[in-house]
Amino acid sequence: MKRALLVALLVGVALVVFVAPHASSSPDGLGKVSADEGFDTGTAHDLADGPLADYSVDGVDNEGMSTALAGTLGVLVTFAIGAGAFLLIRTARTRHE
Amino acid sequence: MHVPDGFFDGATSAGGAVVSAGALAVAARRATDELGERLAPLAGLVAAFIFALQMLNFPVVGGASGHLLGGALAAVLVGPWTAMLCVAVVLGVQAVLFADGGLSAYGINVLLIAIVPAAVGWVIFRIVRRLLPSTDPAVVTASGIAAFVSVPVAAAVFSVMYAIGGAVNLSFGAVLAAMIGTHVFIGIGEALITGAVVGAVMATRPDLVYGARDVEPTSRGLVNA
Repeated sequence: MKRALLVALLVGVALVVFVAPHASSSPDGLGKVSADEGFDTGTAHDLADGPLADYSVDGVDNEGMSTALAGTLGVLVTFAIGAGAFLLIRTARTRHE
Repeated sequence: MHVPDGFFDGATSAGGAVVSAGALAVAARRATDELGERLAPLAGLVAAFIFALQMLNFPVVGGASGHLLGGALAAVLVGPWTAMLCVAVVLGVQAVLFADGGLSAYGINVLLIAIVPAAVGWVIFRIVRRLLPSTDPAVVTASGIAAFVSVPVAAAVFSVMYAIGGAVNLSFGAVLAAMIGTHVFIGIGEALITGAVVGAVMATRPDLVYGARDVEPTSRGLVNA
């Protein structure tokens, strides 16, 4: 189980490090359709000035490296928050019973 | 499919948040039945993996790109209720840390990207499983078909919501046709990625796949020691 977890996390990190920098930068499906159909009314994100906004790390100039680093942080933070949230749910549930 | 701020009026955004919060509350109660002991690490892992896959935009026709939604994939791996929570965590991290998906649209995004694809994906997965023999390859095939269907359905739900509370008054038919027209192709990518991931996990740790619990290990010819 521990080994499976580690392998899967490493695969996730490898994907954001090696594949994500080469991902398509075209607008996503909704972005394209909203532009074509005239409802592209999206406003600036409230946290657009955040240090990791748009999947790049502030101060890292190399675009590919910036994406890879932001992605790695995202994978690890998502794992931590996800596992933490489910741990809370399980603890709350067991205490109920 | 991440909806930014400014696409929906306040009432619809709030409505989306209420519906999503209700669904996630139910999901939190049901999730423990799905995974029990293994819940926390496995679910965290699935969330992390979907985060990674959502960064991999692939090009589709007409100058658009798409990326995995992941609800169907997560539903097959950890069960539909856990799946909704996993993707909701991904969306939260994306909105707060990466400025992807509007904060006011978080509820709508949870509905469109977490709840609908996981629910639709799971229902289609079960239906296809019932039509096929109970084997590992059938689990992979059913995952791919479920993933494919989940994307245009989410696009259709977006279109309905846009008709209810979109910022611009447009014909429902035009939005629906454009959304489905693009997202059918994104669905193909969703199906291929989902099939590949489920296939890889089935080949190595089939015991970890929630949607394959009813497959007799003897059908694998060789029982994994």
